[in-house]
Amino acid sequence: MTKEVSAEADSNDARPWIGSWLMGAVVPLAAVLAAFAVGAIFLAAFGANPLEGYAAMVSGGFGGGSEISATLVKAMPLMLVAVGISIAFRAGVINIGGEGQILAGAILSTAVALIIPGTPRVVLLPLLVVAGALGGAIWGAIPGGLKAYAGVNEILSTIMMNIIAAHFLSFLLQGWMIEDGPIKIQQTERLTENSDLPLLPGASRLHLGVLIAVLVAVVGYVILFRTTLGVRLRAVGHNPHASRYAGMPVERSIVQALALSGACAGIAGAMLVFGSESHRLVGEGGASAFTQSAGFNGIVTALFGGLHPLWSIPASFLFGGMLTGGIEMQRTVQVPSALIIALNGVVVVFVVGSFRLKRMLEVRVEQSAKAKGA
Amino acid sequence: MWSEFFTVSSIVVTLAAGIRLATPFLLASLGEVMGQRSGVLNLGVEGVMLLGAFGAYYTTFRTGSVWLGVVAALAVGLVMGLVYALITLVMHAEQGISGIGIFLFGLGFSDLLFQRWVGTPLPISRLPEWHIPGLSQIPVIGEVLFQHTPLVYIAFLLVPLVAWVINYTTFGLNVRAVGETPDAADTLGVSVLRIRFATILIGNALAALAGAALVVPFGTFQQNLTSGRGFIAIALVYFGAWRPRGVLIGSLLFGLVIAVVNQWGSLGIVSGSLSSLTAMAPAVLTIVVLVMVSRRIGAPSALTKPFDRTA
Repeated sequence: MTKEVSAEADSNDARPWIGSWLMGAVVPLAAVLAAFAVGAIFLAAFGANPLEGYAAMVSGGFGGGSEISATLVKAMPLMLVAVGISIAFRAGVINIGGEGQILAGAILSTAVALIIPGTPRVVLLPLLVVAGALGGAIWGAIPGGLKAYAGVNEILSTIMMNIIAAHFLSFLLQGWMIEDGPIKIQQTERLTENSDLPLLPGASRLHLGVLIAVLVAVVGYVILFRTTLGVRLRAVGHNPHASRYAGMPVERSIVQALALSGACAGIAGAMLVFGSESHRLVGEGGASAFTQSAGFNGIVTALFGGLHPLWSIPASFLFGGMLTGGIEMQRTVQVPSALIIALNGVVVVFVVGSFRLKRMLEVRVEQSAKAKGA
Repeated sequence: MWSEFFTVSSIVVTLAAGIRLATPFLLASLGEVMGQRSGVLNLGVEGVMLLGAFGAYYTTFRTGSVWLGVVAALAVGLVMGLVYALITLVMHAEQGISGIGIFLFGLGFSDLLFQRWVGTPLPISRLPEWHIPGLSQIPVIGEVLFQHTPLVYIAFLLVPLVAWVINYTTFGLNVRAVGETPDAADTLGVSVLRIRFATILIGNALAALAGAALVVPFGTFQQNLTSGRGFIAIALVYFGAWRPRGVLIGSLLFGLVIAVVNQWGSLGIVSGSLSSLTAMAPAVLTIVVLVMVSRRIGAPSALTKPFDRTA
């Protein structure tokens, strides 16, 4: 069932989204601007002034020091998920399971913090990152294995893994992991102070998780573009048949891509727990309240960043700012910040929809170059 | 408690609920069958369902007429169909990822409109049940099969109708031709784009109607009301091997599983944290089903392939 993924592979041997990097920056920017234009129509339809709304969004997301640090904290899970999505998509695997992988990472790392609370921080923190990565990797490897060895469509299986993880979190937070006490709300006890992510010097909210996310982005870039593993993953994404013919283990590559992708999201899960202000794993209000829907918004971020781990860094800053600024927009023009999620959907459509336009432009450029040459 | 579950009345209630809960799956997956048979994969079903559900809820809330709500859902579906046709047929966007875009749009936009226009979830009038004269009086069977809202009957009557359209009409022949070998169909003068445009409209209208079918029996709406049902409906198309009868069986299976889980909850057989585990059942079952049918052949050959005459 790799058909969906390689839809364009027959007509054009290059993956449509890789394209030339020259056009790479223009097209996503145009897609976001077009989405904002759609959003302006919605805002106007609600009787709000679009300029006022967007001005509030920009100032709420990027207007000052505290806004920018809130944006960076918001960008952290987006960045991690986007790096993972970039790895998976480039290997030809559409991972929509970021939500579940975040939860799996959060659950496993929280379990470690609950089991060995006395461990010193220098040992515990790296352990928690590893536990988060492992949880996410397992949650990614399952649909990866199902795709590679049983041909199960990974889009559907990762969505189902999201639902399973959300119920599993709710199960744990009603039983094994719930805080002892008279009030039964779905959350753990305050986790050991040794597990708190340290704040960056001089910051009030900005914690180590943001730096870890940037580090993961760099590592993701190195894996994808500077290692043989990365070459293999990209080759499999480019053309699985040719890769198999060249002796590459296609099945194992698919599992590895989804496991790596899940590991990135799983680290985000751990960072969301130990960087949170309550220092607990909270399931009250639903799983998406905990994940901040980063598993989905990270897809948009990754597409916007051209599926490049390093470009995920500025892309997540932009989308993080939109999400934090959305709250300010809600306050100013009384249009719910759910608008941002809707606009993210529009961005996805415009980004993937613009590939054909981009190709047509490229063909035209080539033709005119040829004409000049002749 | 288990003995309470295995009483006639409890089983009748569960089976009837299973039929009712199968309805949204059935409507959405029948629409998806039409689309996929013509070579178009629509992964945005979930988003369209959410928008249709909100359209039905809000229109009913405003006008007091449930039927107007159903019509509104259909209208929402047609609008989304136009949008999706633009995305796939004109822009040739990758169908898998653009479906995710539609899903996100539906998720965000239905929530946005709900918060902005409704706020607190107020109950709306529900679609009345329609007891089929005579048949509904039959003990057990009558209660299970013939005491439902009209949408349930419509969904089940659509199964033979869609099968007939696909297998015995010129339109259906064209749909299959366009889904298998669009180039050949094009050579013979069948407009690939026009056929796909029609199936996209039908598919989205049915997806939106599926959303309405989630709203009208219960009279409520909430954020992410569908909780993955649209994606399950797509899995059911694989399960049903792209045939209406197949998706009927799949829809009944999933409806029944959810009904059993609900019934266990209301009888107290599972409670507290355990109910979170049983709530996983549809998602787990979907994965199991996908593994079972993964080696199934018979997918339309041109599925997800954009048609371009110049290529």
